[in-house]
Amino acid sequence: MSHNFRHWPIITILTIVSLPLIIMFAFQIIDTFTTHPIDSMIPNKVTFEQFSFLWDEAETGRANIWQVTLNTFIFATTTAVVVCTVSMTTAYALSRLNFPGRRYFLGGLIILHAFPTVTLIIAIFLILQIIGLYDTLLGVIMVKAALELPFGIWIMKGFYDNVPWEIEMAGVQDGASRFTVWWKLVLPQVQPGIFALMIFSFLSGWSEFLLPQVLAPGNDAQVLSTYMTALIADDTKIDFALFKAVGMFYALPVIAIYLIFQKKLMNIYGGGTKG
Amino acid sequence: MQITLQNFTKKFDDVTVIENMNLEIKDGEMLALLGPSGCGKSTTLFAICGIHRVNGGKILFGDQDVSDLPSQKRNVGVVFQSYALYPHMNAYENIAFPLKVRKDKPADIKRQVHEIAKLTHIEELLERKPGQLSGGQQQRVALARALIRKPDVLLLDEPLANLDAKLRLEMRSEIRRIQLETGITAILVTHDQVEAMSMCDRIALMHDGKIVQLDKPSEMYNNPANKFVADFLGNPPITFLDAEHKDKTLLLPNGHSIASPNLNAAVKKVQVGIRPECFGPQFGMGVKGVVKFIEKQGREELFDIQLTDGSILRSIQASGSDLEVGADIDWGLSLDDLLFFDMQGERL
Ligand SMILES: Nc1ncnc2c1ncn2[C@@H]1O[C@H](COP(=O)(O)OP(=O)(O)OP(=O)(O)O)[C@@H](O)[C@H]1O
Ligand SMILES: [Mg+2]
Repeated sequence: MSHNFRHWPIITILTIVSLPLIIMFAFQIIDTFTTHPIDSMIPNKVTFEQFSFLWDEAETGRANIWQVTLNTFIFATTTAVVVCTVSMTTAYALSRLNFPGRRYFLGGLIILHAFPTVTLIIAIFLILQIIGLYDTLLGVIMVKAALELPFGIWIMKGFYDNVPWEIEMAGVQDGASRFTVWWKLVLPQVQPGIFALMIFSFLSGWSEFLLPQVLAPGNDAQVLSTYMTALIADDTKIDFALFKAVGMFYALPVIAIYLIFQKKLMNIYGGGTKG
Repeated sequence: MQITLQNFTKKFDDVTVIENMNLEIKDGEMLALLGPSGCGKSTTLFAICGIHRVNGGKILFGDQDVSDLPSQKRNVGVVFQSYALYPHMNAYENIAFPLKVRKDKPADIKRQVHEIAKLTHIEELLERKPGQLSGGQQQRVALARALIRKPDVLLLDEPLANLDAKLRLEMRSEIRRIQLETGITAILVTHDQVEAMSMCDRIALMHDGKIVQLDKPSEMYNNPANKFVADFLGNPPITFLDAEHKDKTLLLPNGHSIASPNLNAAVKKVQVGIRPECFGPQFGMGVKGVVKFIEKQGREELFDIQLTDGSILRSIQASGSDLEVGADIDWGLSLDDLLFFDMQGERL
């Protein structure tokens, strides 16, 4: 009991500070499943009407929600896979090999990581147009993955740095090739990092708005974030109920992932090997 | 297998850490590479196992020159100071790893792992991950993994440094037992003289990248080649007094003189090395002083004695004396066991 008493001031403060957020979330959830009279905020009827966009035929000129969801999923997954694969290998090289220009590479990584994406967007736009990947999902994936890489490489390098050299020496002494050593002995030690990075880049891809908006504005490559903007941009008939419902739908996977994997995600800050 | 280093030289960038080292380790022998921190013990070891390239000279396993072979092609077992067990594999998988890499048949692997587990007394621990093993048990697993390929030579880099005192004692005899039972050639790197003396057939004492003396443990203790060796071996350490040499006698700074019929008359100044066990009441009288400090070690007592001229001698004796700090003493020296060095530190 005394345990709780010591913590209650902190808990109270945290509750007060997060109250507005919690109310907003609650309201968002209630609101998407109910209707209320025009002159009141109090709901009077439970309904799934607002989610009809999930099963009704899409209005003309608007993309199909499932196609958009699939796009978003492909976008986020591919980005995550590319970021993980490249970070896994690059970070190992950076952590272990003493190749020429290594220091500049490391410095460059930090600068790139801190670099605001917006300032690059016009150049990227032009490049994509020239190579013909403008307004395609592939183009946005490439750009997104490239921009996520500095972060991924940096994080993975931190994990590799924590793996003792001696494990690798022992592996080599045991007769394993450098590749086997990396694959069988080192990767398992940094596996929590790979996992966390995978989820982070997936979530980052899932919520990305700017890049798809600018580089793939057409209906074919639309993702959920741009789909939502399209909903309110269409100012002839703004449907807030629909907007909220889509928002709800959009947020669900993120919440689910956090709930399921929150323990593993902590690893990326802990950054170490677990026996 | 016999291991030979011929003019082995190792540089890091421009710094030469080891220059022209020659060393021969006999087949089936256990050799200690002993020396203070930074003298190049690990460097030598890593050159033998192939982690470091040599910058000059040759390394021979038997008759075969392995200087340019990568680690994977040299059949060497290494036990690292931190054991370097693979944390995600259990003891069995750790030990089996070298055989798996070699693509042995599963049935063979199983039989060999159990054989070696029996030798190292870890049969009940095979299912456990390294994190669930005590230091001594991890050590045994590391030893088993190093031995499973039946290596030409077993290298141990400070294998006991991470263990507590009691375990260290136990593992000392265990490692020696396993080495004798397998008859493997082994090199033990250590900076602990007791470890080197108690476990090994011969000791190579290193200093600044050179081997100063290579000898049997007792021989090295009784017959050190120079002052460094005498100083390094022995705990509590030896003390030195500067003496004048004239007319076949040595005049110690406190005025005491000892006969020295065998010293070269040309040497005028001599450093006399006196081990703590060579100074005490059982050797007669003549050296006067005051007890400055007493360290009781249970079975033995260690005295720091200040002589009349101010220099300090150490003496170790069985417990039970009723001396106290400040007491005056008049003790003698065991003349046969004194060690003489010239001012450069070379043995006379
Ligand atoms: N990779 C390296 N690069 C540069 N210098 C090195 C390297 N490894 C070792 N040295 C230097 O070589 C010398 C010998 O090092 P080594 O590790 O062999 O010492 P050691 O005898 O094993 O000491 P310890 O008992 O502390 O382990 C030291 O002066 C060390 O600074
Ligand atoms: Mg060392």
